Amino acid sequence: MPPALRIAGLTKTFPGPPVIQAVAGMDLEVATGEIFALLGPNGAGKTTTVGVCTTRVRATSGVVEVGGRDVRRDEALVKRGIGVVPQHNTLDRACTVEENLYFHCRYFGFSAAAARARTAELLARFHLADRASGMAAALSGGLAQRVQIARALAHRPGMLFLDEPTAGLDPQSRLALWEVVRGLREEGVTVLLTTHYMEEADRLSDRLAIMDHGRILVQGTPAELKRRVGAESVIELVLERPDPGLVEAARALPGVRTVQPTATGLRVFAASRDGLLPRLVELAVPAGLQDVAVHEPTLETVFIQLTGRDLRD
Amino acid sequence: MTSAYLGPLWGMVLRDLRVLRRSFLPLITRTVMNPLLFVFVFTYVFPMIGSGFQPGAMGVSYATVVVPGLVAVGMVFTGISAVALPLAMELGGTREIEDRILAPVPVALVALQKLVMGAVQGVIAGLVVFPLVALIPATPVEIRVASWPLLVAVVLLASLTAGALGLAIGTVVRPQQIGLMFAVVVVPITFLGCVYYPWALLHPIRWLQVLVLINPLVYMSEGLRAALTPDLPHMPTWAFLGALTLATLALGTIGVRAFIRRTIS
Repeated sequence: MPPALRIAGLTKTFPGPPVIQAVAGMDLEVATGEIFALLGPNGAGKTTTVGVCTTRVRATSGVVEVGGRDVRRDEALVKRGIGVVPQHNTLDRACTVEENLYFHCRYFGFSAAAARARTAELLARFHLADRASGMAAALSGGLAQRVQIARALAHRPGMLFLDEPTAGLDPQSRLALWEVVRGLREEGVTVLLTTHYMEEADRLSDRLAIMDHGRILVQGTPAELKRRVGAESVIELVLERPDPGLVEAARALPGVRTVQPTATGLRVFAASRDGLLPRLVELAVPAGLQDVAVHEPTLETVFIQLTGRDLRD
Repeated sequence: MTSAYLGPLWGMVLRDLRVLRRSFLPLITRTVMNPLLFVFVFTYVFPMIGSGFQPGAMGVSYATVVVPGLVAVGMVFTGISAVALPLAMELGGTREIEDRILAPVPVALVALQKLVMGAVQGVIAGLVVFPLVALIPATPVEIRVASWPLLVAVVLLASLTAGALGLAIGTVVRPQQIGLMFAVVVVPITFLGCVYYPWALLHPIRWLQVLVLINPLVYMSEGLRAALTPDLPHMPTWAFLGALTLATLALGTIGVRAFIRRTIS
């Protein structure tokens, strides 16, 4: 059986001006039934990648296959098998919530009766029944997102693409969306989601790839990637007077893997914490130590280690 | 495979009809206002107040001269307001068209569906405008259908041209330029579309007579003139049928290409 999604040697350059190379050589396979996350900062090329996979962006070079079908050659067949929730609200503003679902079913060749039945089913499942006759233009962000997901699933696609699904959502709507995505796993729907929230990628995905500047830096399960950091703890020191000499001194301490200077002080990756903290504090007090924070490696740590930047930068 | 496209495309037609039903009155009002007031003032008020304004020289009333042209204007205006305006919005800020772009049909067919819907609404507009402009005038209106097949061919081609024009404008013009588009496209097209005078009568202003040939509305007016008022001067049949076919193909190609460029990057 072919993988749900296969990307080989993908590049995409927007002619501009200015010329932008959004994807700069990318290889990826997503297995059927997997929840896969593309994690990276804004401008990493995640949305462009999703655009190519969903036929809305034409690749400059490379091959993309969904369910073994080429997105360019078998455009219509690929579209039949995928559901897409774009980053922005693209609901049909001239139609009601119910009509958005009903006509979507019709666009996928459902008969009138089948479309009506499926619409009723989706309205119930996504708790939209009391909004059915409301115009789509009047929905709040969280509700609109729910309708968009219901619409994307209406034709029972084997693979769902979610582009930044929780950007701009309130915490409650975000949790509700995570529940929906987990529910899809039970149904065997393959999910590719993009996000710049490391927590979202960590909690939701079976596997993920970290992207930056149009390339995949690393991919694996969340646990694998965090193990890669090779550190048990990450210690952040906030200093009043950051001193370059401190980096070398900290690096020489036993148990320290690497040390990075940050905008506000130092970040220390430690293989073990035993006895390290007091010695670090001792070292940092002359530089005006203001605060110390200790945490386990996160996907953010992985990104920082790979790029030297924060995800939010 | 081609038959598999019919269901989805029919779904898009049903969607447009639903939206149309919701905005039917405003649309009809927009379509009807211009021809209604025109015939009222020029073919009812003027003759009644005994104004000297009587440009209907050729042995018939002026009302007879303007009937075909006003029907043609109604069709073009509908092509623009029913296709171009909504399309400019759907392609612009909100990208509402996206759900139809993701339907399992080639994107070019989504654009053609819009063109055909525009043509259907163009025919309806023509049918609505015709009784108005034929019944309101105080002076006699002499309509005589010389050939029904010719009338059907002209109406079909003219409505397709109107739909193609709507598609081309809707995909090329940005939403914020819509107001400007009315000033630089719609107004010149209607005033210089041989609506209020047969093309042959432009003879004394030769440069204008040649220049207006780039205006598709000229061929719609002249075609309807040949079909509805065959005794008035009009272009030869081959000229307007050929030009309308060409205009549909050219505007349709521009529109479909621009539609793809706007939806697929």
